[in-house]
Amino acid sequence: MTDAAELLGLTRKLLAAYPPATTDRADFLKARFDAGLAWVHFPEGLGGLGAPRSLQAVVDAELAAAGAPDNDPRRIGIGLGMAAPTILKYGSQEVKERFLRPLWTGEEVWCQLFSEPGAGSDLAALGTRAVRDEATGDWVVDGQKVWTSSAHVARWAILIARTDPDLPKHRGITYFVCDMTDPGVEVRPLRQITGEAEFNEVFLTGVRIPDAHRLGEVGEGWKVAQTTLNNERVAIGGMRLPREGGMIGPIARTWRERPELRTHDLHQRLLTLWVEAEVSRLAGERLRQQLVVGQPGPEGSAMKLAFARLNQEISGLEVELRGEEGLLYDDWTMRRPELVDFTGRDAGYRYLRSKGNSIEGGTTEVLLNIVAERVLGLPAEPRNDKDVAWKDLAR
Amino acid sequence: MTDLLYSETEDDLRAAVRSLVAARGDTAALAARAEAGSPYDPRLWASLAAEMGAAGLLVPEKLGGQGASHREAAVVLEELGRGVVAAPYLTSSVVATQALLSLDTDTEAVATLLAELAEGRRTAVLAVPLSAAPDGPLPEGTGRVTGVADAATADVLLVLRADGLYAVEAAQAVVEPLTPLDLTRPLAAVTAGEGGTRLADAVAGATAVRSGLLAGAGLLASEQLGIAEWCLEETVRHTGERHQFNRPVGSFQALKHRMAQLWLEVVSARAAARAAADALATGSPEAALSVAVAQAYCSRVAVHAAEECVQLHGGIGMTWEHPAHLYLKRAKADEIALGTPGRHKEALAALVDLQAP
Repeated sequence: MTDAAELLGLTRKLLAAYPPATTDRADFLKARFDAGLAWVHFPEGLGGLGAPRSLQAVVDAELAAAGAPDNDPRRIGIGLGMAAPTILKYGSQEVKERFLRPLWTGEEVWCQLFSEPGAGSDLAALGTRAVRDEATGDWVVDGQKVWTSSAHVARWAILIARTDPDLPKHRGITYFVCDMTDPGVEVRPLRQITGEAEFNEVFLTGVRIPDAHRLGEVGEGWKVAQTTLNNERVAIGGMRLPREGGMIGPIARTWRERPELRTHDLHQRLLTLWVEAEVSRLAGERLRQQLVVGQPGPEGSAMKLAFARLNQEISGLEVELRGEEGLLYDDWTMRRPELVDFTGRDAGYRYLRSKGNSIEGGTTEVLLNIVAERVLGLPAEPRNDKDVAWKDLAR
Repeated sequence: MTDLLYSETEDDLRAAVRSLVAARGDTAALAARAEAGSPYDPRLWASLAAEMGAAGLLVPEKLGGQGASHREAAVVLEELGRGVVAAPYLTSSVVATQALLSLDTDTEAVATLLAELAEGRRTAVLAVPLSAAPDGPLPEGTGRVTGVADAATADVLLVLRADGLYAVEAAQAVVEPLTPLDLTRPLAAVTAGEGGTRLADAVAGATAVRSGLLAGAGLLASEQLGIAEWCLEETVRHTGERHQFNRPVGSFQALKHRMAQLWLEVVSARAAARAAADALATGSPEAALSVAVAQAYCSRVAVHAAEECVQLHGGIGMTWEHPAHLYLKRAKADEIALGTPGRHKEALAALVDLQAP
């Protein structure tokens, strides 16, 4: 099953059996998953048909034209973009069947328990422990995670924990699926620079995870996490935007509507950023075209870097452009949003929130190292942590 | 939808041009020829323009060309930029050719000249300064025009006068070589005086000249991409091998980040240059916008890459024997050529309705 015409036929059959106008949203999404039209490149029985990834566009276009509901990818981004490909590659058949369907339909939200207070960019330094209970075979987890988006709404988490402190840091890690409703999981909001609490701290105290919820071999968690992290960068880089579709949009509109705010200095800076935003959009579009024809390039990490810097510069300029209004802020109330909404808030919010774009999902400094070493092939910096047992590392 | 990728044909063309440049593009010999005032390698031009047919890419087959497009010509320019090749490709095969294609090609004088250019038998240049922007002021009249690129070796000068566009044989004009910042793209002052063959009236002539300049500006972005690519690759190679403080200097984070940043700019420049080439090839209504974006961006990237190349090579980067200086000079001159980045941003301000105060 790899043919566009066949896929189109199946899509129309689905629409005929479950007319979007009269079908419940959840029922439609479940039926779509069961028809193999959720992610056509996944195997049969797991929401796919083993078809080329590029043919998904055929299905999506037909469904969009018919007004079919979609599975809000913003809300379920971590599940779709990171948990799903990892589960597909490393999960047992039971695990795949249990998790992929409600993940895809959005019934179950996922979060990512990777970062820790002592291990951010140096992720492999993490200290959360998972100890085998020899009597039951379960794992008992203790530790603290941080910067966890969606933890307050998530049903499941992907988790990495240290299972052997005597090995060097990359070799003693194991990868699990963690039940966020288990006793011992405590989620506390972490209030941010913007006033809201979009992230959380997660405290894990004696959390029991069945061995069946381990992904990959014991001690192979770092390798498994690479699948997650590589997919994270692809997900960030593959977005498609119209011209002025990003943060440049609001400032361009303000410029057009408010001639009294214009100065020559701001004009020059705005034009420079407009050009950079447009070029960045084109580079993202080029990456997408490469993916469609099966030539994924390393440009995904470049997109994330460019987007982080541009968002910060554009939103900073926007606050300055607004002058006296830029001195005000819309709302400092501590809210707990389920997703980040850049354009629904004022310029001041965008300015403060965008500061996180160069930190979350890999700091700019770490990503530049990755580009230099993996893309350009430059020599690695000398390191002294590779052959030292994790327990002996300086902390 | 804009096609930002390279086709198989374009990849093949790139391979052919790259191997020609590798075989003939000795930068030491180039520097020596350039210093003597004649940087061209006639054998390289004959292979590129005539044997490979690169000079006729923009020209339809029925007019004696290859019937290809700006997308393919852009690939040629990427490779000529990578090799900092001295050849009248941009001026004759792109700018002058595009200007002629914008005229009535049923006119015998236009058709004959186009066929000669497409075959690479003769070269022609517009008698306007290399700095002229597509939407900027144009020289008009019979006076002396300075800063005309590749005029010293051109066979024909296309001269805009008050009453029309003329083709003037170079032998009938006064061409005084100037000393250029970019040794690999010679400049001259041209006084065409009277005479020549009238190709079009003043209005059609000016439109054609602007069309040539727009195509030139758009494809110059690809030359700039090629320059930036070479500068980055060579800098990565050098810093990976060069040892200081008992380590390859390319292992120092401060340097790695600068090269990674440059890579980001090169990746972005490629998208911008491809968008401009594709817009010109398809006659898109957004061609002017795409060209302005590509020029505003790629000019800066080429200069930045060349400056970093000199800096990260250390002392050797400041020498005449290392080719980095040829790239820096080309990149800086290209920044001014066919409109500065600031000039292109002004054009853009009008095109996307972001008006000045």
